[in-house]
Amino acid sequence: MIEIQELYKYYGDRRAIGPLSTSIAQGEVIGLLGLNGAGKTTTLRVLACDLLPTSGSVRVAGLDVVEQPDEVRAKVGYLPDRPPLYDDMTVREYLSYAARLRNVPTLQVKKRVADVEELTELGEVSGQLIGSLSHGFKQRVGIAQSIVHGPELVVLDEPISGLDPVQIMEMRELVRGLRGAHTVVVSSHILTEISETCDRILIIDDGRIAWSGTETELSATLKQGMRVGLTLRAAGLSAQATAEKARAALAGLEGVREVEVLEPAEAGEGIASLSVAATTDVREVVCRSLVHAGLGILQLSREKELESMFLQLLGEGQEHAGRKRRKKKQADADAANADAAANKEPA
Amino acid sequence: MRALTIARRELYAYLRSPLGSAIIAGALLVDGILFYFDSLDQKRLSAQLLTQFFYDSSAATMIAGLLLAMRLLAEERQSGTITLLNTAPIRDRDIVLGKFLSSFGMLTLLNLLTIYMPLMVYVRGKVSVGHIAVGYLGLILLGAAVTSIGLFASSLARSQVVAAIIGAAMVGAFILLWVVARAVDPPFNTFFSGLALHHENYRPFMNGTLQFDRVAYYLMITYFFLLAATKVLEARRWR
Repeated sequence: MIEIQELYKYYGDRRAIGPLSTSIAQGEVIGLLGLNGAGKTTTLRVLACDLLPTSGSVRVAGLDVVEQPDEVRAKVGYLPDRPPLYDDMTVREYLSYAARLRNVPTLQVKKRVADVEELTELGEVSGQLIGSLSHGFKQRVGIAQSIVHGPELVVLDEPISGLDPVQIMEMRELVRGLRGAHTVVVSSHILTEISETCDRILIIDDGRIAWSGTETELSATLKQGMRVGLTLRAAGLSAQATAEKARAALAGLEGVREVEVLEPAEAGEGIASLSVAATTDVREVVCRSLVHAGLGILQLSREKELESMFLQLLGEGQEHAGRKRRKKKQADADAANADAAANKEPA
Repeated sequence: MRALTIARRELYAYLRSPLGSAIIAGALLVDGILFYFDSLDQKRLSAQLLTQFFYDSSAATMIAGLLLAMRLLAEERQSGTITLLNTAPIRDRDIVLGKFLSSFGMLTLLNLLTIYMPLMVYVRGKVSVGHIAVGYLGLILLGAAVTSIGLFASSLARSQVVAAIIGAAMVGAFILLWVVARAVDPPFNTFFSGLALHHENYRPFMNGTLQFDRVAYYLMITYFFLLAATKVLEARRWR
């Protein structure tokens, strides 16, 4: 669906992205992750044909963004970090306008607008002025305008920015609902959000793809594995004894690296909480072992470690870049010394 | 076709916002007051009164044209809605054309609403329909030229106020070219007076004389600044 080869984008002398190469298959939901200024928004704007690349090739559905921008734009829906909304229009008027701009045939505009209003649950506010809507509804209208023409690719830049927890849940559902019908590229700085909604993660750092893969692959790459949270109960035992019993049951299990006893998550007799660090997915083995040991499992959850993995990866990247800079400096200094020595030698 | 979609949306925005109504009402008020005082002069012939009307109306048209055009692209950039247009399958020239048509449409509506004044002169005095028609053609062409300059200024700025100032400075410079023409020697004086936005080029229309080179001048100015605004939009994508 998307083929990016050696993409560079400069703002004046400053390199915003590049060299950036990646490919995205049709129907994938991709999360673009990176720190502020890493080049996420610029990459998305190039994909949406809002900006043209300085060099390199970007093809969307086989079409080149520089040579066939109008054809590409017809296949892409874009929600920027600040939704492009006209406060003086009602939701329905705005979506009809967006549909007309994007080549939806006049006779189908009404139906398309009704369909996206239903999908994004905007029906109840369709007659209201956009300026009078809450932030969450405005974000929904932003998504609705990006899919009103049935694009093959939907590009969403920070779609949950500024939303409250309930709105985040709703937005997450909405983005998940796009899966299948569209290829979706989402950027977010809320890292857990990416793992909740995306099939694959692209980590972008200093305008380059620093890493690409699923969360599990990322975890394996960093040899950090996963962390499982447990709340257990053993009848007739103290919390400490329950924890010790669990430790003993889990000791020696393949993949289990470390068992940490935490403050009990619930009040009650014999209740203990633990955190299990593992190199692989050990949830089934852990369950079996605990049940076999006579411990009741009140709760088992996979703890998200994406943020720490992300920071670790970027930390490694920055360290690597620092090492490269130091090497280059040393090489430059050596070359300067060599030149000076050569100049001193008699001809 | 997409240009008409954009033009319709912009016209709708003008009619819904107080800005469009305020500009039209203000310009009509100024036109009406000036016409009233002009008509008090009993010694003036009806043709002279009509000429004076077109002279006064040209000032209101130019100011209204700049005020209507200042928001066209600057407001879209300021509010971020330009992204909707930039990422839709529309050419930049269609965006500029749609914006121009909306503002020009409002300006033409303003000019048409002043028709009652020339009609009074026509009913009570001795003027030809041709004089009125040519005078309005001049106002419309002048309005198109000023709107295109205002649109170009709006493409350069992010703020409407800055766009209005840039536009006013450009229109002012084009008007004052006739002063430059007086100060320089031939053949440059002919060149500068030929480029002056109002003095040499507008006067024949005021008098009811249709000269095709003057029509061509206004059309070329309009085309040039619409093209320049299009190029600014195109260049911004490469930045």
